[in-house]
Amino acid sequence: MVTHENGGGHGHHQAPTGFIRKYVFSIDHKVIGIQYLCLALFSVFVGMALSALMRLHLGWPNAHWSIFKGGLMTPEQYLALMTMHGTIMVFMVLTTAPQSGFGNYFLPIQIGAADMAFPVLNMLSFWTTMVSLLVMIAAFFVAGGAPIGGWTSYPPLSALGEMAGPGQGAGETLWIIGLAIFCGASLMGALNFITTLIDLRVKGMTLGRLPLTCWTWFVTAILGLLAFGVLLAACILLLLDRIAGTSFFIPGGLVITDQVITWHKGGSPLLWQHLFWFFGHPEVYIAILPGMGVASHLLSTFSRKPVFGYRAMVGAICGIGFLGFCVWGHHMFISGMSPYSAFAFSILTMTIGVPSAIKTFNWLGTLWGGKITFNCAMLFALGFVSLFVSGGLSGLFLAQPALDLYLHDGYFVVAHFHLIMGVAAIFGMFAGLYFWFPKMFGRFLNEGIGKLHFWLTFIGVYAIFMPMHFLGLAGHPRRYFDTTAVDFLQKLQPVHVFISIAAFITIGAQLIFLFNFFYSLFAGKECKEENPWHATTLEWSIPSPPPFDNFAGVEPVVYHGPYEFSVPGAADDYIPQHLAPNLVKKA
Amino acid sequence: MHDVKTDAALDSAWSGGASPFAMGSKKLGMWLFIVSDTLTFSALLITYSYSRLTNPDWPKPFPMNPAIIFSTTMTVVLLASSLTMVMAVMAAQRNDRKSTVLWMIATMAGGLTFMGLHLREWFHLFEEGATITHNPWGTPQFGAVFFGITGMHMTHVLIGVIYLGIVATGYGRGKFSAEDVEVNGLYWHFVDLVWMFVFPLIYLMSVKY
Repeated sequence: MVTHENGGGHGHHQAPTGFIRKYVFSIDHKVIGIQYLCLALFSVFVGMALSALMRLHLGWPNAHWSIFKGGLMTPEQYLALMTMHGTIMVFMVLTTAPQSGFGNYFLPIQIGAADMAFPVLNMLSFWTTMVSLLVMIAAFFVAGGAPIGGWTSYPPLSALGEMAGPGQGAGETLWIIGLAIFCGASLMGALNFITTLIDLRVKGMTLGRLPLTCWTWFVTAILGLLAFGVLLAACILLLLDRIAGTSFFIPGGLVITDQVITWHKGGSPLLWQHLFWFFGHPEVYIAILPGMGVASHLLSTFSRKPVFGYRAMVGAICGIGFLGFCVWGHHMFISGMSPYSAFAFSILTMTIGVPSAIKTFNWLGTLWGGKITFNCAMLFALGFVSLFVSGGLSGLFLAQPALDLYLHDGYFVVAHFHLIMGVAAIFGMFAGLYFWFPKMFGRFLNEGIGKLHFWLTFIGVYAIFMPMHFLGLAGHPRRYFDTTAVDFLQKLQPVHVFISIAAFITIGAQLIFLFNFFYSLFAGKECKEENPWHATTLEWSIPSPPPFDNFAGVEPVVYHGPYEFSVPGAADDYIPQHLAPNLVKKA
Repeated sequence: MHDVKTDAALDSAWSGGASPFAMGSKKLGMWLFIVSDTLTFSALLITYSYSRLTNPDWPKPFPMNPAIIFSTTMTVVLLASSLTMVMAVMAAQRNDRKSTVLWMIATMAGGLTFMGLHLREWFHLFEEGATITHNPWGTPQFGAVFFGITGMHMTHVLIGVIYLGIVATGYGRGKFSAEDVEVNGLYWHFVDLVWMFVFPLIYLMSVKY
C-alpha cells in the first residue's frame, strides 16, 4: 500500500468549489480529460478549415476566391496551410485526443483509481499543451506568416531563416518553440500515465485483467516517453542552428535563392531526418494505438463476446510499440541510404505486418458468431478496422525500397498515412466518444444523427483518399501547389475535383457531428443508469457522470477479466469485473 | 468465497493494490523522467558522433596540461557531490534532519563549484577564439557540439542545484519526506552519470598529443 500513501492520487477527496479550481486549473483527471478533448476539438476544426482551403485551390486552381488577396492563393500560402494542417492535426489532435483526452478520463477509472498518480503534473501537462498550441497558432500572425516547411520541417531550408521563404523566419522559430514545449507536455503526460497504470491499480486488477484500452494507453505512454525526448533534442539543435548560428543540419556550399551560404558548413540534413523519424515513426503508433484499444473494447462489448486472443492482442500491442522504434529508416529510403540499411529497415517494417495482422484476425475472430449491435459506437469501431486494413496494406508497398523509389513523396503516401494515421485514429476517437459520452455527460449522443454522421464520414473519407492512391501511382508529387503547369498533371485534374467535392461533403458531415455533440450535451436522451451498454469494465460500475473521486471512497476489488461476455452458466451475458464470484447469477 | 485461482491472482504484487516495484510513485516518476532525459542526451551524443564522423578536420584542441587536468578536477568535484548526496540520503533515512540539510548544502556547493570551473573553462575557450560557431582549430562543428552539449549538461546541473535548494529547505522545515530527498538524489546522480559520458567523449577523445 506504499503507493496509496505516497502517490498523491488518493490525497484529495474534497471536490473544489470555486470555478477556477473546478474547471480551469483543475487537478481532477476527468476535467483535464475533457479539457484535452476540447483542445483537440478546437484544433481539429482549425486543421480541417486549413485542409478545406487547400482542397479549394487543388480542385479549382484558377478560380478566383474573394478570401484570398487578389483572388488567388499564393504558393507560399498553400505551403503554410499544408504545414500547419499537418502539425496541428498530428500534435494537437491525434496525439492529444485519444491518449491525453480519453486516456486521462478513463485510464484511472478503468483501473479503479481515484485520480492520476500526479494530479498537479497532469494539470501542468494540459496547460503546457495549451501554451504550445497558442505558440504554434501565433505563427500565423507574425511577419512572413506560418512556416512552409511541412510538418517534418526538413533542414537545411528550415534551419536557414527567412531567406528560405516567407514563413521560415519568425513563423518557423515559433513552430519549433511550440513543438519543444509540446515535448515537455508529452513527457509530463507520459510519465504520469505509466506511473498511474503501474502503481494505482485497484486490488485484483492484474496486468492480465487490464482492459485493452489501458494496455494501449500504457504502451502509447511508453512510446511518448521515449520518442519525445529525442524530438526535444532535435528541436534544441534546430533552434541553435537558427538562433546561435551553428550548423548541425546545414552542409557547406549551399546556394539559396541566388545567395551562396558561406557562414554555415559541416552539418548534415540527414541527421535531422534520423532524429526526427526516430520520434516520427513511434508518433504514428502514438496516434493509432489508443484507437486499436477502443476498437477491441467496443467490438467485444457490442458483439457480446470476449476479445478473441486477449494475450495475443497484448503481445501485438507491445510488439507494435517495440517495432515502432526499429523502422525510422523507411522514411529515408531515398534520402541517401546504404541499400543494406534500406534492406534491414524494409524487412523490419514489413514485420510490423505480423502484429497488425494478428490484431485484425482477432478483431474478426471477436465478431465471428457474436450478437452484434450496430449502434454508432460499434459502427465507428468497425469503420476503424476497415480503415486500418485499407490504410495498412499500402504500407507494405511503401516498405519496399524499390517501390518506394517511385511512390515516395507522392499522393500514394498522402493516401496511406491519412487513411491509417489520420482517419482510422479519428474513427477510434469517434467510437470512443459515442461509447463514453453517456458516462462523461450523463446523456446519449443522438443515434439517428450519429448514423448519418457515420455513413457520410465513412463513405466520404474513402472517396477522398482512395483516388489519391491512383494520383500517386500516376506520378503525382505531393506538396505541389501548381497542378496545371505540367501536362500529365492537367489530365489528372478531374480526380482533384472529385476529391475536393468529397472533402467538402465530409467536412459538412463533421458539422452535423458538431451539432449532435452540442445538441446531445444539453438536450440528448438522459442516461440514468450506471451501465447502459451492459459493459464489464469498472467505469460502468459508477454513476454517470462519475463523482469527483470516482468511486466515492469505496475501492472496488476486481475478480474477473475485462471481457467476460456470454460466460457459459451465467444468467446475464456479461460479468462486470468487480462482481464478486458468489454474486454472479447462475442461469 | 471465491475459488483458489482468484485468490492467487489477488496476492500477486502485480495484481494492484500495492506497488509492484515496492517504491512510491514519485520515485517511479523520477526514474521515468530519467529514462526520457537519457534519450534526449543520447540524441545529443549521437549528434556529436555523427558530426565527428562526417567532418574529417575534427580538432583535438585539449592539451593534457591544463585542459585535461582542469576538466578531470571538474569531474572529481562533480563525483564528490554525488558522494555527499549519498550521505544526505542516508542521513534522511536515519531521520537526521540537520545532517541531511548539511550534506545537501555540500552537494549544492559541489554543483556550484563544478559550474564555476566549467564557466571558467568556457571563458578560457572564448579567449582562445572558440565559440559555438567558430574555432581556430578545425571544423566549426566542434564548437557547436562542445558548447551545445556541455551547455545542456550545465543547465541540468543548475536545475539540480535549484531543486536541491528547494528540497533541502522543505525537508529542513519538515514539509518533505526522506523519500523526496532520495528522489532528488536520483536526479543528481543522473546528472553526474551524464557527465561520465560527456567527459570521455568530448574531452578525452579530443586530447592534443
